[in-house]
Amino acid sequence: MNDDSLLDLEFEIIGGDFNQAGRVSTRLKSILKEVGFNPQVVRRVAISTYEAEMNVVMYARRGVLRFKASPQRISIVIEDEGQGIENIEMAMKEGYSTATDEMREMGFGAGMGLPNIKRNSDRFEITSEIGKGTRLKVTIIAGDGTRS
Amino acid sequence: MVSKGETVETNKKSETALVVLTLREVKEILNCEVLVGEAQLGMEIWGACAADLMSDVLAFSIPDSLLLTGLVNAQSVRTADVAEVKALVYIRGKKPDAGALQLAQEKGIPVLASNFTMYEACGRLYLRGLKSAATIVSKNE
Ligand SMILES: Nc1ncnc2c1ncn2[C@@H]1O[C@H](COP(=O)(O)OP(=O)(O)OP(=O)(O)O)[C@@H](O)[C@H]1O
Ligand SMILES: [Mg+2]
Repeated sequence: MNDDSLLDLEFEIIGGDFNQAGRVSTRLKSILKEVGFNPQVVRRVAISTYEAEMNVVMYARRGVLRFKASPQRISIVIEDEGQGIENIEMAMKEGYSTATDEMREMGFGAGMGLPNIKRNSDRFEITSEIGKGTRLKVTIIAGDGTRS
Repeated sequence: MVSKGETVETNKKSETALVVLTLREVKEILNCEVLVGEAQLGMEIWGACAADLMSDVLAFSIPDSLLLTGLVNAQSVRTADVAEVKALVYIRGKKPDAGALQLAQEKGIPVLASNFTMYEACGRLYLRGLKSAATIVSKNE
C-alpha cells in the first residue's frame, strides 16, 4: 500500500435498482469535495463514476466500486458480475447503445457513457468477459486538476 | 476562413463575447414558475444545455450552466448535481416528480418550469445571447 494514500474506499452497486442509482457516485463526490480536491478533478471523478455506476445498474447484477486516492493520483476500479460486453470497440463508440425503451424513458441510452468516462480520465482500461462481467479502471491525475 | 472586413470583425466579437444572465432573467424570458429556489434567482448563468438523455448532459454541459429538459424523474436532478449544472428548467409544462423536487431541495438546485416547447425555450435564450455550453466546452479544450 502507498504511504501517502489519502482515501481508500469501497462501495457496492446493486444491479437493476434504479431508485438507488447514482447514490454511490454522488456520495463519493461529497466526500471528495469535503477532503478538498480540486473542483475540476471532483467533477471528472463524479461524471466517470456516475456513468460507470449507471452501467452496472443497467447491465449487470451487482458491482463494486473501489476508489483510491493519493494527493497526486486517483484510481477507480468498477468491477461487475453481469452480461459482459460482446464488442468493446462498438461499445466505446459515441451513440452505440443497447439500452431498452424503459431505460431511455428514464433518461439513459445516449450511448455516451463509456466515451464520457474515457474523456474524463487520464487513463482508461476496459476488459470484459461475456456472461461473467466487466471491469473498468480509470486513472485521474489529481495534481493540478487539469488534463495533460 | 476569416477574411478582412468590418462585418467579419463584428461577427467575431459577438462570437467570443460571453453573455451572463441571471436566473431571474431566465425566469422572465421563459415565463417560468419557480418550483424550488425562489431565493436563488440572483445567481449567474453562463451557458445552457438542452437534453433528455442524461449522458448528453454530462458530455455537453459546463459548471454553472442551465439545463433544459423534459425528463422529470429524480435522475434529471442527480445528473444536474453530478455535472454541477446550476439550475434546471423543465419545458413544455412538464412538472418534475416528487423525488426530483425533493432531491433538488436537498442539493440546493433551483427548479423552474416553463410552458414553452424545448425548441422555443432554447430559441428565446439564444436570442438573448446565452451561449451553448457545448461551444464553451470545445473552446476550453
Ligand atoms: N457494465 C456493463 N456490462 C454490460 N454491458 C455494458 C456495460 N457497460 C456498457 N455496456 C454496453 O455498452 C453499451 C454502451 O455503453 P455506454 O455507457 O457508452 O452507453 P449506454 O449505457 O447505452 O447509454 P448512456 O451511457 O449514454 O446512457 C451499452 O449500451 C451496453 O450494451
Ligand atoms: Mg451508460
